[in-house]
Amino acid sequence: MNPTRRNRSLQIFAMTAGALPAAWLIVLALTDDLGANPVERVTHVTGDWALRFLLLSLSVTPLRRLFGWRWVAPLRRTLGLTAFGYACSHFLTYLVLDHFFDWRLIVEDVLERRYVTAGFSAFLCLVPLAATSTRAMIRRLGRRWIPLHRLAYLAAALAVIHFLWLVKSDLREPLVYAAALTLLLGLRFGFWLARSRSRKLSPKEAKSQLSGV
Amino acid sequence: MLIRRAGTIKPSEITSHDLFLRRREFLRGAGWAVAGAALAPTLACGAEGEARLPAPAAGADANPFRTDEAPTSLEDATRYNNFYEFGTDKSDPQRYTGNLRTRPWSVAITGEVAKPGTIDLDDLVRPHTAEERIYRLRCVEAWSMVIPWLGIPLGEIIKRFEPTSNARYVAFKTLLDPEQMPGQRSRALDWPYVEGLRIDEAMHPLTILATGMYGQELPNQNGAPLRLVVPWKYGFKSIKSIVEIRLTRSEPPTSWNRQAPREYGFFANVNPAVDHPRWSQKRERRIGEFKKRPTLPFNGYADQVAALYEGIDLRKHF
Ligand code: HEM
Repeated sequence: MNPTRRNRSLQIFAMTAGALPAAWLIVLALTDDLGANPVERVTHVTGDWALRFLLLSLSVTPLRRLFGWRWVAPLRRTLGLTAFGYACSHFLTYLVLDHFFDWRLIVEDVLERRYVTAGFSAFLCLVPLAATSTRAMIRRLGRRWIPLHRLAYLAAALAVIHFLWLVKSDLREPLVYAAALTLLLGLRFGFWLARSRSRKLSPKEAKSQLSGV
Repeated sequence: MLIRRAGTIKPSEITSHDLFLRRREFLRGAGWAVAGAALAPTLACGAEGEARLPAPAAGADANPFRTDEAPTSLEDATRYNNFYEFGTDKSDPQRYTGNLRTRPWSVAITGEVAKPGTIDLDDLVRPHTAEERIYRLRCVEAWSMVIPWLGIPLGEIIKRFEPTSNARYVAFKTLLDPEQMPGQRSRALDWPYVEGLRIDEAMHPLTILATGMYGQELPNQNGAPLRLVVPWKYGFKSIKSIVEIRLTRSEPPTSWNRQAPREYGFFANVNPAVDHPRWSQKRERRIGEFKKRPTLPFNGYADQVAALYEGIDLRKHF
């Protein structure tokens, strides 16, 4: 396959995969199959997929660097926007279905319940990322785009904390996500170390170092 | 003991048919709306929420032993359970209670009683007549149900074993057997599950030991073969699959309090004025309904039980 065609089919694949959990939720709703507490179910499914797609989008760069898979790069944006889509549905579920725009209770929740504070902060981090994901914005921000988009790591960390704080006693599931995030951050740190060391070395040494990474 | 045969009541007889249909309609409506336009579900929900708003909260039960509120469907009451002995997901109990052997079953009555002993469950309940009690059940996670239990007042049972004058509390213990209760293989809680009541709470006529619900024997996921039901307290006080009842002089440890003392108190009375750090307790979602409804002090049983706590600061002793 030529690169552009492979690119396009990969994007189509990622978008389809991203739509599947939502489609599944809609099917469950249409067939009255959301269980005894539908609002809770929708909250959980959308929250789960927001976090999963966020972590997937963060794994694109490490995959590219580790294995030299240049072709995965365009997926980062698709996966990130998918995560944002689920985060929006998650937030809207909370706002509309769970609290029915009861702003007093919502503000109280955001301020007083630390797991909601963390989730809300994660959401706030994601908003500027989604807003600056268009090609025009990338061009306009230039070099500043990259540090801004490190916010994605903060969003993921806050989302994991949100999950850790909301479970009552069984931490296993959120700890799996915490482990995944730690791995991703560890890889980042590794790349950073390798790069800062290679800067100090002569170009020739650096080259041999890098190929070992 | 009187237990009607399983299967005599269909879920559709429990949930009013009208409500059942409207609920289906709503969910289907919401599904289409989401599929269609982003704004539509808001409208659908609004209309539905109004149609289902509960009767005035102030209205106390005419008969506190049998609320007039519509019982939750048997289907929901048996597929949405917190019973960590079988897993921490609400659907785990229905899935994984298959290995629980509820007969033969014996219960040890120990501690401050004149006639302690271990007694077979059938002998324990035989002298009594099971009564149907229709109670609200309020979970600390801010959802609630209405369940028609079959049970025996706990006080009547305790009296048979002649508590001594030192008996000030009653402690309960759930079965410990990871073979039958696979959730006990993980350390989600410190097993076995234990709970406790003050003796006056235990002797209160609203407090029952349930052996059935919806006219049937208790399903395993609901705490078979014997569970406590204390309707004015959060659900976690109503310990399931009981193997020991011990009368004690001092306040017994309770599982969730040990797990997170700042979050779960010994009393755990339903109280909209004291929030849980994780959940606001001001409102609750009645399973089967859409909009949340206000939570009532003592889960609507204040007239019957508030006097038990006179002079106690319930904000401190939550
Ligand atoms: C906008 C602010 C947010 C609010 C108000 C919020 C609220 C909630 C609520 C109420 C729950 C259910 C808690 C329970 O059942 O006890 C939940 C669960 C969850 N949320 Fe959020 N959330 C927010 C943002 C986020 C974001 C941005 C993410 C991920 C990127 C996220 C991921 C999750 C996850 C993974 C769960 C657990 C689902 C499960 O138990 O399977 N949330 N959230």
